[in-house]
Amino acid sequence: MPKVTFIEHNGTAHTVDAELGKSLMEAAVGNAVPGIDADCGGACACATCHVFVEPEWEAKTGARTEAESAMLNFAAEVKPNSRLSCQIPVTEALEGLVVRMPEGQH
Amino acid sequence: MSDTTPKQIVIVGAGHGGGAVAATLRQYGFNGGITVFGTEPIPPYQRPPLSKAWLKGEADAASLALRPPAFYDKAAIALRLSTTVTAIDRVAKTVSTDAGETVAYDWLILATGARARRLPIPGMDLSGVLELRTAADADKLKAALGPGKKLAVVGGGYIGLEAAASALALGATATVIERESRVLARVASEALSAAYQVAHRKRGVTIELGAQVAALEGADGHVSGVRLGDGRLVPCDVALVGVGAVANLELARDAGIVCDQGIIVDLAARTSDPDVFAVGDCTWRPLPQYGRDFRLESVPNALEQARQAAGAICGRAPVAPEVPWFWSDQFDLKLQIVGLPFGATHTVLRGDPATESFAVFHLADDSTLRAVEAVNMADAFMAGRLLISKGAQLAADKICDMSMAMKDLAQP
Repeated sequence: MPKVTFIEHNGTAHTVDAELGKSLMEAAVGNAVPGIDADCGGACACATCHVFVEPEWEAKTGARTEAESAMLNFAAEVKPNSRLSCQIPVTEALEGLVVRMPEGQH
Repeated sequence: MSDTTPKQIVIVGAGHGGGAVAATLRQYGFNGGITVFGTEPIPPYQRPPLSKAWLKGEADAASLALRPPAFYDKAAIALRLSTTVTAIDRVAKTVSTDAGETVAYDWLILATGARARRLPIPGMDLSGVLELRTAADADKLKAALGPGKKLAVVGGGYIGLEAAASALALGATATVIERESRVLARVASEALSAAYQVAHRKRGVTIELGAQVAALEGADGHVSGVRLGDGRLVPCDVALVGVGAVANLELARDAGIVCDQGIIVDLAARTSDPDVFAVGDCTWRPLPQYGRDFRLESVPNALEQARQAAGAICGRAPVAPEVPWFWSDQFDLKLQIVGLPFGATHTVLRGDPATESFAVFHLADDSTLRAVEAVNMADAFMAGRLLISKGAQLAADKICDMSMAMKDLAQP
């Protein structure tokens, strides 16, 4: 299982094992990483699993979907490297991935 | 009790709300005891996929879990499953269970949820007559569906329509029987109802509107059809009854906690007893944006109240109330609703329902935005969430101008 790191807004880092085939959001929730709320459980309906993908990883995490972009356009603190972590599938290529979290999801 | 004795929290109900409030208490730093009682045999899980992704086989049982099983041990949350709390003694500050125990609490959190409304008609006890609230219900429904099977759905609400869509994906046929003149009659605008009727019929669902159900009929104890009020029979292998839900408030009411159509709470999720909180479908809660109280059946509501209760217990400052929101996945239609139509006097349409990408904006007389129903139009939903929370007004000609981006529309 690839190891991925979530960094909270306050700088606290959480490195967890991410199960292949699940989403990055599920890796966070399954390991009780604070700051990924994921209210809708991965339906791309709520924008509460917002992360910033470190620039060197953007190619490997893929591009935003259209619905995801529409959601993110209205999220707080949105940046060019904003993603919804429920829309990023975990693959071997994500070994060592680092994402950062916004101050809040609500 | 001395100040150094760890405080004890008892949570009644191990659904989405009960599980969330336990996890949130730990996240907020509560370090006393937490015991969660649940009637069902499994740890807290997500109910929304039971009629959607899970029913279609796109999600496995493990992915339904709110948290992995190891989380509860790690977080020192005692899960007491297959155990029902039968009474609350608010003077002694204890609850008693059907296992014969008496458990003390400093704070009690009720997350007892809602149960499916039963129809007072003959045949409800036939095998193959199902409701859909729990994972066990969903197991039975899934086992009964498959190629060539016939599903009859009594009630054209969200659960019924979602189950019908999922049944088609599994190769079954589905007939939705609705008493009112349109599906989603209690919970959606006429424009949305019309669009969902078209979408379902186009994809092969049969919809009977204005149809009374006289009885469920069977052979050898198993359901074989739904008898309509006009005498027609809708044959089926399985019947799903989804005609709304009622709050599980009896435990609270019997203990003298004040109830309406749910357990009455304030914006800290506190009941009439300051040491007793309630979260989720079982509550009758204030809607500050709408100046009234209401009962909401939704995951976002349960999660918001879980944060309210945990925050109040942990001494956090209250956070701004959220605008209620809902979602429903049927076929390739993603419905997102924000707000409630209370106080709205007219609607404005953005986009063309025929394209299956559109939104219905609900406005008050003074053009204040009250609710948005968005189908495959996520930006309208997100803009609506922002604008409703601000109490913003919107001009009708701008809403229906598709050349204007939602992002610009949302600018003050």
